[in-house]
Amino acid sequence: MVIDFKEEKSVVKTIHTGAKPSIDVAKKVVYDTRNLNLWYGDHHGLKDVNLSIYENEVTAIIGPSGCGKSTYLKTLNRMVELVPIVRTSGEILYRERNILDKNYTVEELRTHVGMVFQKPNPFPKSIYDNIAYGPRIHGIKNKKILDEIVEKSLRGAAIWDEVKDRLNQNAYGLSGGQQQRICIARCLAIEPDVILMDEPTSALDPISTLKVEELVQELKKDYSIIIVTHNMQQAARISDRTAFFLSGEVIEYDKTDVIFQTPADQRTEDYISGRFG
Amino acid sequence: MVVRERFEQELKEIQAQFVEIASSSINALKIAFSALLEQDLEKSLKILEDDLIINRLEEEINDRVILMIAKQQPVATDLRRLMVLVKAASDMERVGDYAVNIAKETIRLGKEPLIFPTTNLQTMCNKTVEMLDSIIKAFTEEDTVSAKEIAELDDYVDDLYGATVTLLLRAGADNPAHIHQITHLTFVCRYLERSADHATNIAEHLFYLVKGKHYELNN
Repeated sequence: MVIDFKEEKSVVKTIHTGAKPSIDVAKKVVYDTRNLNLWYGDHHGLKDVNLSIYENEVTAIIGPSGCGKSTYLKTLNRMVELVPIVRTSGEILYRERNILDKNYTVEELRTHVGMVFQKPNPFPKSIYDNIAYGPRIHGIKNKKILDEIVEKSLRGAAIWDEVKDRLNQNAYGLSGGQQQRICIARCLAIEPDVILMDEPTSALDPISTLKVEELVQELKKDYSIIIVTHNMQQAARISDRTAFFLSGEVIEYDKTDVIFQTPADQRTEDYISGRFG
Repeated sequence: MVVRERFEQELKEIQAQFVEIASSSINALKIAFSALLEQDLEKSLKILEDDLIINRLEEEINDRVILMIAKQQPVATDLRRLMVLVKAASDMERVGDYAVNIAKETIRLGKEPLIFPTTNLQTMCNKTVEMLDSIIKAFTEEDTVSAKEIAELDDYVDDLYGATVTLLLRAGADNPAHIHQITHLTFVCRYLERSADHATNIAEHLFYLVKGKHYELNN
């Protein structure tokens, strides 16, 4: 039996109320998703998703396989359009412009939004060329400027000291953890505003995972990061907010401290406690 | 739905250990007090000896909870359930310590006849034991309504403590030759009052478990 404390304030005094409510008016919103629905043919993959992603925060998206978390991530840079049978409705406002509007070009969107994938996928080129690839596409040819971008990006991805003496070696020669940080550096080279990460450590060993997690904490000072992860402890460790997806719906979205201590929805509690998934 | 069977099983075992430490401590308090009234030194010495078992039980609960956290990485209610078990076990271990303190006072008093009426102390002991028994039941059943009612009983024990200490001080002034005995009984009075406070603590832990917030039930 549980007491309703709203009526018992005179008897029981709350001395600490835990984390603050989820809506944060003081924070700038990067992405504002409004009534987003997505279908793969007849399959309703995302159902009325409403979610605000805040600037300079790490937002984790968790949920069981097939819940729509990766699909949602891929709508944020419109990668999902690569699937021909996909239809969407609703809005995703990035910095107050609807990215689902056909006038908004994918090329423009992706200058602001970088992505890191599950498996490290460096190009079969030198470390230097991997990082310089994006800036070159954007027309930068000056060697001095490219050198600066490569160093800054590799430093930003916390791998400069490990590779500075072998920049011309093939990136494939690096370890999995190093390759993933090269991919992060490649992503930083275009100076994005947002970094999307789709299970970025699931193929890495524990030490490399730790390095990437530490890096994410550093990167959020300059970037807004959205990370899909199957690792709930990782979400708890590194994110500021967590969204729990189930069957295409956002069941709960709140500060990570709240989600992992006092989730409002029983389904969230059951999932984070490992009772299904 | 996949139920975490190992987690649930281990949790049940720790909960059973908590009930064991709780009943051992409450029992120790009861015996320590009756030994005081009977001025039974042997019984009092046995309390000191048995406290080692209570201490070991608390350590076992702590160790098992730490292992559970390390291995199972519980969150939300599961994590709070483990944390409040540790805290409640620590409260009950403390009650065991108060039983030891009372036993030591009995030993110090020796066979000197008690000049001070023990009715108030007896009432305090009965009420404290009643509170502790009930809070353990409420805690294991996660019954916050009963827990709140039990915490409210602490006012009664506190009032009785205040009144009894006043009487003891007066008796001390009137019987300076027995100041030694009066002092020991004042300590006993304090130990009973503190034991009842631990029932309130456990009630608050239960609220934290159920609500995920901290409450002060008896200001």
